[in-house]
Amino acid sequence: MDIEKRLLAGDKRAAARLISLLENKDQEALAILKRLYPKSGNAYVIGITGPPGAGKSTLTDKLTKALRKEGKTVGIIAVDPTSPFTGGAILGDRVRMNELSTDPGVFIRSMGARGHLGGISEATASAIKVLDIYGLDYIFVETVGVGQSEVDIVKNCDTTLMVMVPGLGDDIQAIKAGVMEIGDVFAVNKSDRDGAKRTAREIDMMLDYNKDALWRPPVKMVVASENQGVDELIKALHEHRDFMKSSDNFIKRRAQNAKNEVVELIKERIERTILDQSKREERLEHAAERIAKREIDPFSVVDDVVGKMNL
Amino acid sequence: MDKLIRVLVAKPGLDGHDRGAKVIARALRDAGMEVIYTGLRQTPEQIVSAAIQEDVDCVALSILSGAHNTLLPKVVELLEAENASDILVIGGGVIPTDDIPFLKEKGVKEIFTPGTPTQTTIDFIKANVAQ
Amino acid sequence: MFSKEQISILKEAVDKENAKTQEMLQKRPERKAEFTTGSGAPVKRYYTPVDIEDMDYMEDLGLPGQYPYTRGVQNTMYRGKFWTMRMYAGFATAEESNKRYKYLVEQGSSGLSVAFDLPTQIGYDSDHSLSEGEVGKVGVAIDSLADMELLFDGIPLDKVSTSMTINAPASVLLAMYIAVAEKQGVSSEKLRGTIQNDILKEYIARGTYIFPTEPSMRLITDIFEYCSKDVPLWNTISISGYHIREAGSTAAQEVGFTIADGIAYVEAAIKAGLDVDTFAPRLSFFFNAHNDLLEEVAKYRAARRLWAKIMKERFGAKNPKSMALKFHTQTGGSTLTAQQPDNNIVRVAIQTLAAVLGGTQSLHTNSKDEALALPTEDSVRIALRTQQIVANESGVTEVVDPLAGSFYIEAKTSEIEAEAMAYIKKIDEIGGAPKAIDMGYIQQEIMDASYNYQKKVESSEIIVVGMNKYQIEEEAPKGLLRVDPSVGEMQKAKLAKLRAERDNVAVDAALTKLKAACEGTENVMPLILEAVRTYATLGEICGVMREVFGEYQQSVNL
Repeated sequence: MDIEKRLLAGDKRAAARLISLLENKDQEALAILKRLYPKSGNAYVIGITGPPGAGKSTLTDKLTKALRKEGKTVGIIAVDPTSPFTGGAILGDRVRMNELSTDPGVFIRSMGARGHLGGISEATASAIKVLDIYGLDYIFVETVGVGQSEVDIVKNCDTTLMVMVPGLGDDIQAIKAGVMEIGDVFAVNKSDRDGAKRTAREIDMMLDYNKDALWRPPVKMVVASENQGVDELIKALHEHRDFMKSSDNFIKRRAQNAKNEVVELIKERIERTILDQSKREERLEHAAERIAKREIDPFSVVDDVVGKMNL
Repeated sequence: MDKLIRVLVAKPGLDGHDRGAKVIARALRDAGMEVIYTGLRQTPEQIVSAAIQEDVDCVALSILSGAHNTLLPKVVELLEAENASDILVIGGGVIPTDDIPFLKEKGVKEIFTPGTPTQTTIDFIKANVAQ
Repeated sequence: MFSKEQISILKEAVDKENAKTQEMLQKRPERKAEFTTGSGAPVKRYYTPVDIEDMDYMEDLGLPGQYPYTRGVQNTMYRGKFWTMRMYAGFATAEESNKRYKYLVEQGSSGLSVAFDLPTQIGYDSDHSLSEGEVGKVGVAIDSLADMELLFDGIPLDKVSTSMTINAPASVLLAMYIAVAEKQGVSSEKLRGTIQNDILKEYIARGTYIFPTEPSMRLITDIFEYCSKDVPLWNTISISGYHIREAGSTAAQEVGFTIADGIAYVEAAIKAGLDVDTFAPRLSFFFNAHNDLLEEVAKYRAARRLWAKIMKERFGAKNPKSMALKFHTQTGGSTLTAQQPDNNIVRVAIQTLAAVLGGTQSLHTNSKDEALALPTEDSVRIALRTQQIVANESGVTEVVDPLAGSFYIEAKTSEIEAEAMAYIKKIDEIGGAPKAIDMGYIQQEIMDASYNYQKKVESSEIIVVGMNKYQIEEEAPKGLLRVDPSVGEMQKAKLAKLRAERDNVAVDAALTKLKAACEGTENVMPLILEAVRTYATLGEICGVMREVFGEYQQSVNL
């Protein structure tokens, strides 16, 4: 298996295949990632999130084009966390990025949730590392921001861009809890529409609650479809990067992210081990049934299962 | 965890009739596959680039413009040039029966003409993707 | 139309009958648990005046040629003259298509209908890289006025009416048509015909868009304004439900989404300062004809009533012509099967009957081999004959709106109208058709209906004869039409010659002026006409507009 060498030589197909293997939790691929880990860390990772219909893919497309003009290479991981019970998914983000398809300096990868045990964030984190080792300068991780699992995805980034649109007033209220605070930079997309200024004001007001923070997230007006305001948004993203890198904020953030990742991985590992030991759900279901019938209590089941693990 | 089959559904050529492409995308999704949908007016270069980056097992091309004899073989050719001949290439749409032998000779593995049940396509993909 | 007393007696009788039949059904059930129309709408066992008890004859039906035009837009309908039998045709080069048009005119076709190839429809010249393999395939390749001159060679443009299926670059092709007429010595006031010019349904269903919504709407209103003065007999738009239905919508969605598009065009033109009664009489529609004959007839009637009310009540139109919905029909391409293609002749006959009973103004009948390839001359003739048989032998043309008053037809007409109106309301709430398209709402609704249909066909809940029942072993069909693959090369050579021989200084000057007009707000039609006259190519003209306007980005909701 020379996939490792090919990846280091900048082979797109090797990078693509390695991401798939990691998505499928292939042990050999994991071993490669372990070996190559020291080579990662050079790419600057930007998470992009926001409500459905905010125009995130179009904005990602335009940001990428702007960075390409600066001569930077860009990876895009487009995550669609919604998929029905069949495990299948339709990933349609590339539709908005068709012109980037054939750009040799761009690598786009679509990822679905697949009912991952540890959540999609683990697979995304692996994909980021592969594209990082592959040698891209910037990596965008784009996902719809509606729930905790999406927040987890973008939490693992160096800078998080929150994309909002006018006319979603109520949604801001809904989204702010637990989500708004992860934004380092805000963009009000489709800002040629009515209510754009109001949306920007609402975001500003929300940010005012956190006045003592060292970094005050800027709020930028853009019209991605018309390529308006994109350069200013890039500037804001760079400013956040410079702010991070000018102090120990950067390493602190990455350490925090690493901590999150390790905790997630441990959780996932334990969960998987337990389920393996309980013969893949079968025993768990049996126990659950008994719990439901009040033949046994949930605490004793946990004592029993965890006890057997010799933790 | 079982490996999910990943399929790129693309429309080469300039025609905008994407009913078939969308139906097949949904059917493959409901059959548990991961479908990467790239939309209209895809050049063979764009299709192959996407297929490589997405590491798909199968490229499903829907075309009703009549340009199939030009565009479908081009996709196969470009995949070969990228050392990616293991990716299964199939096609669907208004394609005259007479053209099918030519397309197969050029490396398109199967052509599904109008009226083909989606299950037939699903079964074909499952049986023929490289494992 | 019925007294309260009559209705209440009838209701009682119906309830009684139903109870009795339900009992019987316990022992001897019907063929199916549920009966539905071709669009999946539930159908009752029978209909009575109870189902139309709220109907007011004059208000809801009126007389033929009178508001709300439910019974047709003319008072004599086919007693006056038959519908226009308009066969959509065009392939390969202008020369070859010209031959086909002359053949059709000889065979009794009363109007021309031009199909353009995809590069032309998307504003690319035949030598553009994206045109590779597409030139002359689904229609004729038109690169410049030179091709258009060949296309209509020997066809007097003051004598024929010509329909052109062209949307994003409609203004360019219309300008070429006007320029050809000039050369024939025919003034633009005499030109009759239609351009499709319906960009919204391109975004929704057909996919041959070029520019973003806003500049596209401007090009359309520019055409409205220009034609109202200079080409007064021209139908400036054919607001199309056809492709929406082909994409898999239901009959009611076809009406609802098409009329929502129509509303958007009217609003855009009014916003551009036009008086509704100057342009609305030249608006026309284009619908599909599917196999469920009665549902289809109800659909056309519902569309007419709905449009009349909207034009009068919502837009305050005063001219009756602004309220009368005229429409072209094409039989449903998606209903044809590749299996046992001869069966398609029968389908097309039923669909023809539906369109005629529904009061269409013109009709294209599909040929039996269209699920396989472009139609041959023989199969086109059978399709045209189908119309001629319905016109001359069936008898349905001798009386206006013969199905009116059928309890089922009237109930179904009202039902489709109500369902379509609910969609229009929803689209209004979203902020109009362009926004609903941008959000992917309309596309998603159609996709759901389409996938639903597909699943029913695959489970044989819906039977398609020859496809999922009554199949036979078949040999591959022979004698399909093939477009000469050298057409692309021929067009390229013609283009090279043209570019070498024309006055390129004049071309550049005209394109520069056009660009300035696009950047400003003046009507672009006269400048496009000027550019066309210099033999600037379609690709060059659209290229200038692409530069100023940008390109549309598809919205995909799956």
